[in-house]
Order: sequence, then structure tokens, then C-alpha cells
Amino acid sequence: MPWLVIIFLLLLLPGLYGGLYLAPPDYQQGDSYRIIYIHVPSAWMSLFIYMVMAVTGAIGLIWRIKLAEIMSISSASVGACFTFIALVTGSLWGKPMWGTWWVWDARLTSELILLFLYLGVIGLYGAIDDKRMASKAVAILALVGVVNIPIIHYSVVWWNTLHQGPTVTKMDKPSIHVSMLIPLLLMALAFKFYYLIAVIQRARIELLTRERNSQWVKTMVSENDQ
Amino acid sequence: MSLTNAFFAIIRRDLVLALRRRSEIANPLLFFVLVITLFPLGIGAQPQLLSAIAPGIIWVSALLAAMLSLDSLFRSDFDDGSLEQILLSPHPASVLVLGKIIAHWLVTGLPLLIIAPLLAIFLGLPSQSIGILLLTLLLGTPVLSLIGAIGVALTVGLRRGGMILSLLVLPLYVPVLIFASNAVDMAGSGLPIHAQINILIAILLLTLVLAPWPTAAALKMSMS
Repeated sequence: MPWLVIIFLLLLLPGLYGGLYLAPPDYQQGDSYRIIYIHVPSAWMSLFIYMVMAVTGAIGLIWRIKLAEIMSISSASVGACFTFIALVTGSLWGKPMWGTWWVWDARLTSELILLFLYLGVIGLYGAIDDKRMASKAVAILALVGVVNIPIIHYSVVWWNTLHQGPTVTKMDKPSIHVSMLIPLLLMALAFKFYYLIAVIQRARIELLTRERNSQWVKTMVSENDQ
Repeated sequence: MSLTNAFFAIIRRDLVLALRRRSEIANPLLFFVLVITLFPLGIGAQPQLLSAIAPGIIWVSALLAAMLSLDSLFRSDFDDGSLEQILLSPHPASVLVLGKIIAHWLVTGLPLLIIAPLLAIFLGLPSQSIGILLLTLLLGTPVLSLIGAIGVALTVGLRRGGMILSLLVLPLYVPVLIFASNAVDMAGSGLPIHAQINILIAILLLTLVLAPWPTAAALKMSMS
């Protein structure tokens, strides 16, 4: 665990320094593009974590591995947080760039629906008292979601291209310069490690809560009390 | 009893049960009509505005009506234990579940199709799009029942599953809503709509094949 934190900091600090100081300001957007160093990695993580959640959920469903179930549900709240961060930073960026907090852009909309999918998973898990059963239910839901995410994404893209109003023209993506790209990749890796730290913490708590009536947890707690 | 016989027996049984409790058929229908009536009251009765948003209104209301009617899909069978018997039968549960979903669609989805043209006229939808509206409802409402069945199977064991159900099911309804209301919209302006209809057919076939499996798995989980 401390190792993970050290690696996370080693990636995060140069990433932030490179992103916020070393990288040159964008010729169009000035300094406000720098929010991508938070925004883009969180958006990547939001999809990545959903996949992790579904895969570990499937493992838990098929081989009945308790740890996989716990990893799956622990990922859900971290993933929801990243999705939320991606949405918030996106709209913070959108205000100076597009002149509005929110546009019904294809990516924004599918990210929002992804957030709802995460919230559905978390809500379903919370609603079922028997946590082993809840894990199975969540795994089924996550797998259904995985089949649906591409369909939802493409339908939203398609809807958007048909409805595209003249109000907002999305900027052409300039090919990104190396001095901007390296901090971005560092941040993406740092976020991966942050996820690992967060998910392990959550999984630990989840595991202890689930097994709170078993002997090894009781001895562990009583040892810690002394 | 062969599988086909069992499949049709389930459909027949559910239809008979539904006919004995007619209010269950009428309720989603009334809800559908009421919600659509609320829109002109809420946004004002300018005919141009209404006819512009009519496809969306009708489809969103159909979505909500379908979602509200979902609870009756497995609820009574779950309460009286016959769901357990269905899952215990030697036939694959997914096929029997598909039978239940089809019966449920015949009872709750099909009536929407019958009442929709009337509501479309109320909202001033152009007459050339009414046929397309019916086509999209015909293709789309079974998808709503099939996807909704997964959600309702996951929550049938819960005492307060209603709110959770909407959270689970509505995001998954998004593609159907987009393509269906878009097709009706396009038809109103006289544009080709083959792409939307083809995609709706694809979604219908995909869910018809895939949805019964997670539904059966979720029901088994809810029963354990």
C-alpha cells in the first residue's frame, strides 16, 4: 500500500508540474485547456473502471470468488466519482470555451448516461440486504450495461449528428504536442494508481464489513484495540 | 410436455390471468393518456410547438408507461410461488421467461399502439408520421418489455424496488427512445427513415435473443 502511494505521487507530481507549468499554453484556448490533465484521465478511467467492474463481476458470478465480487462493487463508487469529475471538469471547461455549462454533445450525454448506469449499480447493491446476492445482481446488471454501452454511445453520437445545431461547433482537435502529451500520459497512469489505492481501501472495508461476524475479523479488531 | 407447448401454455396462462384482472391492462394505458395530456397544459398549447415535440412526448410517455407496468410482470407470480415452479420446471427458464414477457407485452405494450394514433392527432402530429409512429411503437415497445424484464427480475425480491427499477431501466432505454422518436420526427419532414427503422429492428432482434438469459439468471438469483 505505501508503495502504491509512492508510485502514485511519483507519477502525479511530475504530471501536474509538466501539465501546469512546463506545457506551453494552447494557441487557441490559452491556459484553460490545462483542465484536460484532470478531465481526460478521469473520462478514460470512467470507462476503464466500468470494464473492470463488469469483468470482476463476471468472474464472481461464474466462479463464485468472493474477492472478485468485492472488487467489482468497490470499483463502482470509484468509477462513479471519476465519471462525476469528468462531467464537472468538462462543464467547467465548457463555460469559457463554449460559453455554456452544458451542451447536449454526444460525449457529454453518453458520459452522463454512464454516470446513471454507475448509480444504478450502486443503488441496486444498497437495496439488497444479502450482500452475496447483491453482488450477483450487480454483476448481471454490469454485464447488461457492457453490452449496452456501445449501443448507447453510438445512438447518442448518431442522435447528436442529426440534431447538431449551429450554436456550438466543436473545436478541431489539433494534433497534441509532445510537451502536452507526456504530462497527460503521466496523469493517466497516476489516476490508474489512484484507482488501485482507492479500490483496495474500499475492498478492505467491504471485506471486513461482510465478514464482521467471523472469528478472524474479531481477533483482528480486538488486537487493534489494545 | 414439449418446450413449445410449455412456451405457449405460459403465454396463454398469463393472458387469461390478465383478462381476469382488467385494471392492470387499463392502468398503464390511462397513465399514458394522462401524461400526454399534461404536456400541453405544462408548456402551452401552441399547435406548432406541440406538433414539433409530439414524437418525443409520445415516446417518453410510452417509456414511462412501459416502466410502470413492469412491476406486474413477475410480482404476482413471485408472491404466490408459481415463479418458483416455473424455474423448477425441466424446460430452460429463459424460454419460459420469454413467454411471460411476450404475454406481458401483449397486455401492456400492444394497447399503447391502439391508443397512440388518437393522441398523435391530439398533439397535431403530421398525418404522414402517424403510421411511422405506430411502426416504431410496434418495434420499440417489445424492446422496452424485454430490457425492463431484466431490471424487474433483479428487483422483484425487494420490498421497495420501484425507484431502483427506474434507475436501472431508464438509461438502457435511451437508444430506443433516440431512434424511435427520431424516425417519427424525420417522417414528419418527409425524410427517409430506413436507417432508424433498420436499427430498431436490429435492437429488437438483439434483445429478443439476449435479454431472456440475464432475466432468467436474475430471477434464479432473486428466488434463492
